[in-house]
Amino acid sequence: MRMLTRKLVRDVVGQAGPLAAVAMVAASGIALYISLRSMRGFLARSQADYYRDYRFADVFVQVKRAPAAAAREAAAIPGVRVAEPRLLWEAVLDVPGLAEPAVGRFVSIPPAGEPRLNVPHVRVGRMPAPGTGREVAISEAFAEANGLGPGDSLGAVLNGRWERLHVVGVAISPEYIYEMQGTELFPDNRRFGIVWTPRALLASATGLETGFNALAVELAPGASEPDVIAALDRLLGRYGTLGAYGRSEHASHRFISDEIEQNKVGAVILPGILLGVTAFLLNVVLSRLVATQRAQIAVLKAFGFTNAEVGRHYLALALAPVAAGGAVGVPLGFQLASATAAIYARYYRFPVSEVRPDWGVAAAACLIAATAAVVGAALSVRAAVSLPPAEGMRPPAPARFEAGLLDRLGAQRLLAPSTRIVVRNTARRPLRAAAAVAGIALAFAMLVVARYAFTAVDRIKDVQFQYAQREDVSVTFREASPRRVVDALARLPGVLAVEPLRVVPVALRHGVIERRTALLALPAGSELHRVVDQDLHVHRVPSSGLLLTSKLAEVLRVAPGDSLTVAVREGDRRTVRVAVADTVGELLGANVYGDLAFVEAMTGESGAISGALLSVDPRREGALYVTLKRQPALVGVGIRSAALAGFEKTIADSFQVSLGIAVIFAVVIAFGVVYNGARVALSERARELASLRVLGFTKREVTTMVFGEQTLLTVVGMLAGAGIGYALCAWVAAVGNTELFRIPLVVTAGAYLYAAAVIAGAFGVSALAMRGRIRALDIVACLKTGE
Amino acid sequence: MATTLFHARGLTKTYHMGDVEVHALQGVDLDLVEGEVVIILGPSGSGKSTLLNILGGLDAPSGGEVNFRDHQLVGAGDAALTRYRREHVGFVFQFYNLLPSLTARENVALVTEIAPRPMPPDDALRLVGLGERLAHFPSQMSGGEQQRVAIARAIAKRPDVLLCDEPTGALDSETGVVVLQALARANRELGTTLVVITHNATIAQMGDRVLHMRNGRIASIETNAVRRDPAQLEW
Repeated sequence: MRMLTRKLVRDVVGQAGPLAAVAMVAASGIALYISLRSMRGFLARSQADYYRDYRFADVFVQVKRAPAAAAREAAAIPGVRVAEPRLLWEAVLDVPGLAEPAVGRFVSIPPAGEPRLNVPHVRVGRMPAPGTGREVAISEAFAEANGLGPGDSLGAVLNGRWERLHVVGVAISPEYIYEMQGTELFPDNRRFGIVWTPRALLASATGLETGFNALAVELAPGASEPDVIAALDRLLGRYGTLGAYGRSEHASHRFISDEIEQNKVGAVILPGILLGVTAFLLNVVLSRLVATQRAQIAVLKAFGFTNAEVGRHYLALALAPVAAGGAVGVPLGFQLASATAAIYARYYRFPVSEVRPDWGVAAAACLIAATAAVVGAALSVRAAVSLPPAEGMRPPAPARFEAGLLDRLGAQRLLAPSTRIVVRNTARRPLRAAAAVAGIALAFAMLVVARYAFTAVDRIKDVQFQYAQREDVSVTFREASPRRVVDALARLPGVLAVEPLRVVPVALRHGVIERRTALLALPAGSELHRVVDQDLHVHRVPSSGLLLTSKLAEVLRVAPGDSLTVAVREGDRRTVRVAVADTVGELLGANVYGDLAFVEAMTGESGAISGALLSVDPRREGALYVTLKRQPALVGVGIRSAALAGFEKTIADSFQVSLGIAVIFAVVIAFGVVYNGARVALSERARELASLRVLGFTKREVTTMVFGEQTLLTVVGMLAGAGIGYALCAWVAAVGNTELFRIPLVVTAGAYLYAAAVIAGAFGVSALAMRGRIRALDIVACLKTGE
Repeated sequence: MATTLFHARGLTKTYHMGDVEVHALQGVDLDLVEGEVVIILGPSGSGKSTLLNILGGLDAPSGGEVNFRDHQLVGAGDAALTRYRREHVGFVFQFYNLLPSLTARENVALVTEIAPRPMPPDDALRLVGLGERLAHFPSQMSGGEQQRVAIARAIAKRPDVLLCDEPTGALDSETGVVVLQALARANRELGTTLVVITHNATIAQMGDRVLHMRNGRIASIETNAVRRDPAQLEW
């Protein structure tokens, strides 16, 4: 081994503590980058491959009922390559082992066998045989959540009678990567699943022996989606279409695409922070090392080592912890990617769910970390390179201290000498102090954001499940039903109260902007479903005019007092002008509400309701569920407690994992910054501190002086972190402001206290680690010349 | 007749130490011949070290000229000066300046690795009487031993000139003599020109010539009729 290499190795060993801290931060940055980038690549690739290999349709449309000939006409529309007619049907399911009724979305398989579009991928067993049997395949998330597989059976009310369906296979589909019931906002895989059945089974249920009620369309390359959608709407208008839509309005597609998009941002910012801190820590460690090795550098140069050789040597020293960080961070990153993939696999179902180690991403991560190291080391390496050999032999001139602002104000008289030392040392290296403050501030901010995210999710949960949804069970009817059904429901076992509701599919237009949505009509004074804003205020549904979620009003560019064009997409499909009565800052969805009587007048259809909300005696809910499972008139049954459990299981769980990781990284940063700061302060000023000991200062006083500087920087960092943290939370809330949901800006005092406690903990640990070193300070050795 | 190794005329050097301007050299003329032993005497601040650093290519003069054989040292670039030091010059410093993280042998090997025609590190260490302490770290050796490692490091590359700045300044008399013997042996056996800076007038007796410096100038030059063996010196 070359001697300079040997020196390198021994220097690394000698600086093991600070360099290990750097390595830890670098490893975190590398691991985070790899996992986030791998995840993004994995999702994007899986999505693209899946869509291509299993022919995910481009345009979707549902109609009331259309003849087979209409499908052939649709296929002839210019730009349409394939138009596949099919039957979609929703029905209440009785799942063995599940007390509550579930909902199945039945998807027909053509008599010829495999569908041409949205081809299912069989995981276990097989697809049902065409014909008139009772065989079905069920979706994987649903099967797993309920412990179902081939050989099990399901009960369903189809064709107005109870049917026993035999599960022969478990499958997934590009159409339902994210399995969610249309009206819900969170997946509940126990209570909702896809059921593929032979067309014949659905034909009698839908009363469509030859026609269809849904169309999946694949576009020809280069075709215009809006043109095809417009042509489809014209063609299918007389068959009761709800309007064709492209992938951008397809729920499953949208969730995954949003996820990929969000990952893109995270994959840059989080590792960026960590690698920035890596650069800063290296800067601190190396500048200190070069300062203490002045004489050694001079000797190397005196004996003819070139500037390049000396520069390379110190650069290698900077890269050593990054290499160690890579050795730890790369496998950790792959591990994290697999763990994240496992979480994603809970609600995103792809044919391939394994993330393979992407060495390209790993190489990129290491390269970026190395670049950060080089940037961090640049100044110190330059100092080493440019140090004139003769200069290195002389002791450095005393560091320049000047009377600062405090001194000029005369404030120094108020400070003890030890405090003056602390203040002047900090002020002398403003850049380093600023960087240390920034590091601590970032760690603090990350902790605040992590804590805030929990609070925000809790708030969403509270608003949704405590304040807004107060029913125990909601039911949706297959057909609009007369109002007297309410009385029938009230007589079911355990039902304490019933409120009707009506959901009307509409298109809202203001100028050129159009949104298709469902208008929710609630009876005056509804108690079971309330409209609640993010501050938990309940808004009354106006007796006249519509109440819009603020986000929807923003999208449509309307304000209270403006009027909207409402195209009703059922009944006599009339178009009316309606006033916007009010807006409400809701957290979930982009909703529009109206008073039931007002909506009846608006649509010209009175006495019809599409569903009801039930308040149920918990002691008798079992009996109610049994009854509901056998109701052919129901197309959906929602159960609040189950939805809440589903929300907590999926959203909150995965949240906890990713935020747990963020907290760990924040702690790593905080510890790295504080520990390194103290370590460097100690070694830089060992002589000064030894002198103070000689002069009679106690160990405690000296310790206070070293930590005084760190305490000052930490406190300032925490204050700055509180500001940055709040700003980051506001940014998260702004980025999270989509049509699907809003993230409330609820930063509690608890979040700041939590962050302060964690940072203080990191400070305490590094203080303990340093205390031993200060106590062992060799007074005599420190006062000898040279290193 | 021995050939001239260094030829310097009108050397001046001014540098800034903090806010203070220091005139370290104020016109120095000097010729050194191959194989001679030159002792430079003078009080602190008389410019001894500055002169040595300029001769060694560590520092550039503010004015004047200096040649090593037929190489111009003034105006030579950093790369040329680095090569000059690598190939021709050995340094010994008052505070040894060993690399604390390398053993005795490794400190010597550090230099032999980059020198064009070095001797084996072990030979160099035997030459200074340290054949037994090869694997020790600087912190495990006495001052005299460390200084002899520094000398071994300087002579291992077979330099044309050995520049020593107060090589015994931090040592007691007995240890100092051992170190000077090592230097004299290098001069005798390898023919290396030896320039030694010292405060100690006794050491002047081991030189062929003695330069007295004062206020950045050479005040006088005396020539010793007989060079004393360092073993006979005592202070």
